[in-house]
Amino acid sequence: MLKKIIILVFVTCFACFNTIFAAESGGMPQLNPEFWISQIFWLIITFGILFIVLTKVILPKISDNLETRKSQILENIETADKQKEESQKKIDEYEKIILESKIKAKNYFNDAREKILEDINKKRAALEKDINEEISSTENELSEFKKSSGEKVTKIAAETSAELIKELIGEGVNSSSIAAIVEDQAKINKERKDVI
Amino acid sequence: MASNPMYQFNVYRIGPEIKLGSVDISFTNASLFMVISSLAILIIFNLGAKKKTLIPDKLQLLSELSYTFVAKMISDTAGSKAKPYFSFIFSLFMFVLFCNMFGMIPYAFTVTSHIIVTFVLAAFIFIGVTIIGFMKHGLGYLKLFVPSGVPMVLLPLIVVIEIISYLSRPISLSVRLFANMMAGHTMMKVFGGFVISLGIVGGWLPLSFSVALTGLEILVAFLQAYVFAILTCIYLNDALNLHH
Repeated sequence: MLKKIIILVFVTCFACFNTIFAAESGGMPQLNPEFWISQIFWLIITFGILFIVLTKVILPKISDNLETRKSQILENIETADKQKEESQKKIDEYEKIILESKIKAKNYFNDAREKILEDINKKRAALEKDINEEISSTENELSEFKKSSGEKVTKIAAETSAELIKELIGEGVNSSSIAAIVEDQAKINKERKDVI
Repeated sequence: MASNPMYQFNVYRIGPEIKLGSVDISFTNASLFMVISSLAILIIFNLGAKKKTLIPDKLQLLSELSYTFVAKMISDTAGSKAKPYFSFIFSLFMFVLFCNMFGMIPYAFTVTSHIIVTFVLAAFIFIGVTIIGFMKHGLGYLKLFVPSGVPMVLLPLIVVIEIISYLSRPISLSVRLFANMMAGHTMMKVFGGFVISLGIVGGWLPLSFSVALTGLEILVAFLQAYVFAILTCIYLNDALNLHH
């Protein structure tokens, strides 16, 4: 059994090599084993050196760079957050101050307004009082004048009518009776006026 | 000979023949490009890691983005347990990527288009992952070949399939990278040859193809390096976190 397997392996190896060399002679330089050892040798050397230098020198530096950058960025973000908080505080304070001063200004304004209003009211009251007094005094004068003017008118009317009658008739009439007639007439006129 | 599309994969000796015993370890053009790729990686990443500024400059940004890219790739596929293997996967990814990319320069040699190079890398990964698996789980690592929830009748078949698929990992890993690189470069060479042979009248079509292929090949160069690295992560994940 084992012998058979070994023989089989040999046969397949032989066939493989045969086909490989056939391919090489057909124009595949890759299958020419002349420089295989040399290629393996130089591959191991170059790749080995590359691997060792990268592992020992370069990659730690790069990862170090990345780490420091990461930590620095995190630090910066932290400080930025802190500063943001501080600035938020400051903004709050500022807003508070502004609000307070606004309220103060409003109060001042209201006070001033009230004062002014009071002043105005006082002055207005005084003025109104004055005006009212003036009006009442004027009205009194007017009514007195009216009264006196009415009496005067009746007097004048009586005198005039007495003169007229004297001229017309030629003799004097009792002035008191004329006055009574004129008064009556004036009353009637007044009533008429009132009715109208 | 130069018009042969496979000619670009020829390995030839640069400088004197170096022999270690009876083994030829001469410095070849393949070795040269391995050295160039490694040096380029070391120079770029060393410059990128040198300065310690809060706001990175271009090279620093490049190296740091690559670092986080690979770190994320590993943590996504293999979890946090794979952190000790970060530097290996990072070097692997960068080495394959730079070899692929340097191969895209005209007249340059593509190191990863050689099966022996990719196979050595894949075999190293395979052996390393297997050793890690057995060290972490002892013989319990063999449970990897026995998926849970499989009917007893099918179990022998499934175990055989699992073992075959496990053993074929280094081959699939190496052949995937090698074949992709070789096929792409061969195709570009073929279309380049068409440009010459069709001349100024008919050469425009293969030329435009060549241009498109160059873009595609750059994509493939990145993608294959990524696939190589991510498959390594997946194998590592199998070894570190035994799910089955």
